[in-house]
Amino acid sequence: MSSPTTAKAGLPPEQHEEVSYLNDGHTIASWLLTGDHKRIAMLYLISTTFFFFLGSVAAGLVRFELTSPAGVVLESETYNKVFSSHGVIMVFLFLVVAIPAIFGNFFIPLMIGARDLAFPRLNLASWYMYMTGGILIMIGFIAGGVDTGWTFYTPYSSMYSNTQVSLVLVGVFIGGFSSITTGVNFIATIHKMRAPGMTWFRLPLFVWAMYSTSLLLILGTPVVAITLLLVVFERLFKLPIFSPELGGDPVLFQHLFWFYSHPAVYIMILPAFGIISELIANFSRKRIFGYHFVAFSSIAIAGLGFLVWGHHMFISSQAMYESVVFSLISFLVAVPSAIKIFNWTTTIYKGNVVMAAPMVYAVGFLLIFTVGGLTGLFLGSIGTDVHLTATYFVVAHFHYVMVGGTMLAFLGGLHYWWPKMTGRMYSEGIAIANGILMFVGFNLTFFPQFILGWLGMPRRYHYYYFAPEFQAYHIMSTLGASVLGLGFAMPAFYLTYSLFKGPKAPANPWNAHGLEWETASPPPTTNFLEIPIVLDEVYDFDPASEHEQDMADLEASENKSGDKH
Amino acid sequence: MSANTDSLHHSHDPGLKHQYEDMAQQSETYLVGMWTFLVSEVMFFGALFFIYTLYRWNYQQDFYIAHEHLDVRMGAFNTTVLLFSSFTMVMAVQAAQLKKRMNVMGYLAVTVLCALTFLVVKFFEYSSKFADHLYPGVNFNTDAVKAFGEHALENGHVAVNMNHAQLFYGLYFGMTGLHAVHIIVGIGILISLIRLWFNKADSVIHDYVPTELVGLYWHFVDLVWIFLFPLFYLMPKPH
Repeated sequence: MSSPTTAKAGLPPEQHEEVSYLNDGHTIASWLLTGDHKRIAMLYLISTTFFFFLGSVAAGLVRFELTSPAGVVLESETYNKVFSSHGVIMVFLFLVVAIPAIFGNFFIPLMIGARDLAFPRLNLASWYMYMTGGILIMIGFIAGGVDTGWTFYTPYSSMYSNTQVSLVLVGVFIGGFSSITTGVNFIATIHKMRAPGMTWFRLPLFVWAMYSTSLLLILGTPVVAITLLLVVFERLFKLPIFSPELGGDPVLFQHLFWFYSHPAVYIMILPAFGIISELIANFSRKRIFGYHFVAFSSIAIAGLGFLVWGHHMFISSQAMYESVVFSLISFLVAVPSAIKIFNWTTTIYKGNVVMAAPMVYAVGFLLIFTVGGLTGLFLGSIGTDVHLTATYFVVAHFHYVMVGGTMLAFLGGLHYWWPKMTGRMYSEGIAIANGILMFVGFNLTFFPQFILGWLGMPRRYHYYYFAPEFQAYHIMSTLGASVLGLGFAMPAFYLTYSLFKGPKAPANPWNAHGLEWETASPPPTTNFLEIPIVLDEVYDFDPASEHEQDMADLEASENKSGDKH
Repeated sequence: MSANTDSLHHSHDPGLKHQYEDMAQQSETYLVGMWTFLVSEVMFFGALFFIYTLYRWNYQQDFYIAHEHLDVRMGAFNTTVLLFSSFTMVMAVQAAQLKKRMNVMGYLAVTVLCALTFLVVKFFEYSSKFADHLYPGVNFNTDAVKAFGEHALENGHVAVNMNHAQLFYGLYFGMTGLHAVHIIVGIGILISLIRLWFNKADSVIHDYVPTELVGLYWHFVDLVWIFLFPLFYLMPKPH
């Protein structure tokens, strides 16, 4: 099929059916006690999907409630708890976890030519920590929920809120350890487990993105972990840390919280950048334009990410000059982000673009993320931010980056790697239609929120009877959310269907370039029969041989030989 | 699960895990992983030290007066004990390099004893603070702190803010408490390591690096105390 990147990689075709990580052990214990990074990734896929579903239900309730200026079904307290659960679940149990723990886990060893991650048992332990955290948070929600929002600002969270803050925070704390161990595992793996010939600048950009993400995970997560733990101490053991009554500083909590939680936003978006780099290069059949710049822009975003937290606090009694500096550095983040966008578009330019399903999601990502990134500049400049802080403009910006950005990239990655992960092909037509549906639904949901925010609709408000003219925008947004909800539900059906009825996937259904495509679909437990030796550059699509390849494919599309150019 | 393919390419080292090519790769990966984890730990305690620094900077005199209640002798004794345990840990790692199994177990046992001694002393320190009502809250013993304050500053009209003294004790219990949790975890790890050596487990007897990893963790825990001790017990008099 594609030109071989390696010597000695992969399995002979006749062994495909017999050995794969999916049928290497059928008991439940063989899944729950596995050390195999691919199985752990699948465990994460199932559990994060479950939590994503719960978070979506909360989002649906919020949107439904806002269709009327006076509210529809929820009490104000319940409304606060519902939007808080939406935020807590989506941020801590889905966005931070999903792409690293599913695709990072599954594909880092495959992409760098290793048998497994560096520490398989630690990897499994991280899933158990994640589940423990998730279950504690769920118990907290069932036992009454939290009404603090996902940010847990003190002194409300530490002194006044009469809800299950402690339990939920302990859950977030334990989940944080899962992030740290995943980060440690990825860094050790990428440093030391690369196959012979797999130099740093032959790493696929997804691996670079995961490396940057891991840096953020190990440096940021412990800070928020200890900060949230101190709130728990303050609630349970009455240790005064942020208590203004005793001279403590509640704004200090915000500083420490955003010291993690701004980088956390990059923890959520950098893996998405990695996926998009893979999709754009492989479906444009072209080496990515400016590989080094795209790789280092991930590191730059990770570095700058630690210096911008103050832009969340322009109106939180922060010194003016502090705000000016934070604003300036926030603008700098636009540079590496723009480098990525420009390099991706330049890669598409004159590329041999294949509009397969994953690429549809990638193009949707490009359009939406550009809007999300640019509106971030509105919020990073002090003057406009004072007007826009805590309005729906912030909500729209955040969702443009997180839902339109990370979620579309996540689905793009899921469609791209599904054949490799499961060994089955899904229906391309439905997947493309679903991508377009999501793009429409997404914009219908969140674009009106930009206007709402600009006009002054505050976030987290239950009612807006003070401005009934907002109703049209809210209804538009809720309609869009319904379409978007359908877009999220559809893959659950057609991908699950493909597991049972889909045609078997070949090793490299996309003619993509990379080590993960040179082993069987689904891969054997040890990933490669022999550790491959990498001989060529990353995304090394040779235009001439590509043309030959196309001709050859036309003549005999089902022919599986293809070991020579 | 993958023995058939592993045996083809691995050197037949019994301490080698299936995902690695050779012992050198395994050892280096272990070390990178441990150091990365310790970086994470530095950030964990770093946030606490940051909070401490900020509050002490804001409330220098109140912190100074509050700190007079801590027992320097107990703190110094514990510092010595932990420093000695670092020494025995180093000796254990060296013995592991020389593959002297009995020596490794002996030094590790002394390290565990030191850790237990530290916790016992800490227990008596904590109980005396509780007995004196120096735990933050409505029962906080303002009189004791005030008396100490007048004595310490020899300056009758310095007003001691009891709230800030509570803040000091909040940080004291929070930070030394989290450090004690690390000591307890360390004891668990040390005992598991002793068991592995006792059982002549392949994972430790062929390679000193697992012992070294425990050593790295233990030195980190000691190092945190080396910062905690002067910050809480040895404050200079503010001007």
